[in-house]
Amino acid sequence: MSIRDRLLSMLTGDGQADRVVPRSGQSARLTLATSAAMAFLAVFAMALSMASGRLADRWSSALAQTATIRISAPPAEMDTQTWAVLTVLEQTPGIQSARALTDEEQQALLAPWFGPDLPLDDLPIPRLVEVLETPEGYDSDGLRQRLAAEAPGAVLDDHDRWRRPLAEAAHRLRLLGWMALALILGATAAMVTLAAQAALSANEQVIRVLRLVGARDRYIAHAFVRRFTLRALTGALAGTIAGLVAVAILPSARDTAAVLTGLSFSGAGWLWPLVIPPLAAATAFMATRFAAFRTLRGLQ
Amino acid sequence: MIEMQDAAYGYGAEPLLSGLTLTLAPGSFHFLTGPSGAGKTTFLKLCYAELLPTGGTINLFGHKANGLGRDDIADLRQRIGVVHQDCQFLDHLPLSQNIALPLTVTGKSGILDEANLNELIGWVGLTARSDATPPELSGGERQRAALARAIIMDPDLILADEPTGNVDWEMSLRLLNLLVELNKLGKTVVIATHDLALIRAAKQRVQARVLRIQGGQIMSAGADL
Repeated sequence: MSIRDRLLSMLTGDGQADRVVPRSGQSARLTLATSAAMAFLAVFAMALSMASGRLADRWSSALAQTATIRISAPPAEMDTQTWAVLTVLEQTPGIQSARALTDEEQQALLAPWFGPDLPLDDLPIPRLVEVLETPEGYDSDGLRQRLAAEAPGAVLDDHDRWRRPLAEAAHRLRLLGWMALALILGATAAMVTLAAQAALSANEQVIRVLRLVGARDRYIAHAFVRRFTLRALTGALAGTIAGLVAVAILPSARDTAAVLTGLSFSGAGWLWPLVIPPLAAATAFMATRFAAFRTLRGLQ
Repeated sequence: MIEMQDAAYGYGAEPLLSGLTLTLAPGSFHFLTGPSGAGKTTFLKLCYAELLPTGGTINLFGHKANGLGRDDIADLRQRIGVVHQDCQFLDHLPLSQNIALPLTVTGKSGILDEANLNELIGWVGLTARSDATPPELSGGERQRAALARAIIMDPDLILADEPTGNVDWEMSLRLLNLLVELNKLGKTVVIATHDLALIRAAKQRVQARVLRIQGGQIMSAGADL
């Protein structure tokens, strides 16, 4: 019988087989509560992972294929060096377009820090040149060398220095989310195994009677496995719904523009948590089956 | 049916039973006697493979006991009805479901309809108690229920471990009569008991062979008491 058939027979059930094992209240409640709590946490881990993924993508793509050249030169040389920079850029393969920012644009950039009345003419503000790359990109080291030769006051900033650590941090956060999810599954398996072992120990006499009258291990294990699988499925379903509601009522990222408030699902991502209950059930199925057969092997 | 050749069993270094060489033929009736702790229950457990021999060989229905897998043992027990002194029931199920348990766990519930089941319950005199749970039954009722459960699969061999240990003389005779009746239907019966009066009573009803376990060995065999 394949795993799929076994899982299906879990759902369809066998009323008579169910009745031979007495219901054990404590382990039932423990499995339900554990599965619900773990599913609730799993929803958050999944939300964290997906939000981090979106963040990593955004940070990776933001300002990608753009660069800025900053020209610091005495006022008398500023126009000459700016012209030299633009000429170099025009001749550099991989540069789609380049233009020097106007005074108004530079003022607008500085306004948040210095206010709108900043006297640009009186301050030694560097000139900024905005560069757009072609998809193939350019040789940044070669460009730096040419700029150093043609316009000594020009410094190339390709944004990579600060963009890369942020994107890496977001990638690691995503990995952390998946690791948390794996740990939650592992912890669920451990707890269900303990609960199943407790139930099996409590029912040792029942198992002995069943063996005495000719029951095969598979029959006995099935009675326990089905019970624990359904409990895990029910608990995880409740926990997942609670988790989804909790994630849904978190403040929206658009309200505050903060990183942590973006902990949510996006679009079809809301469907992903629906895999948690079947995953919890499959985990419980395997954990109980393992515990049941191990216990049964100890009884003749 | 069951053949033992120099079979032995021990829990530690010292064997509890050794040198067991005998054959339980189909349709035979055996008493197993001996003082408490002599190994009567161990002998019966060897017969239904709850214990496996630590020495020699035991053949159960043509299969070497030590070569049986767990599923083989489960299948074998469908051919053996066991009545324990403490009966061993599922306390949460009513008597009728306990008696039908061997059919339930082997997926053979369909071969016995409710009328047949009620007939069997009536044969052991428990019709009025069929809805009671095991804790609500007296010792004698439990023994008769255990006997009904032991034979519901129509086994070839019935093993009874001190079946009259907890019941009065009248009930002992009633149980004995049921076992004799089964033997006359062709079942092999082995009763472990230290009740000599029961063995004498059986002698008037059936050709019984008495096996005595003493000092870890079967001391006398084949002779009627």
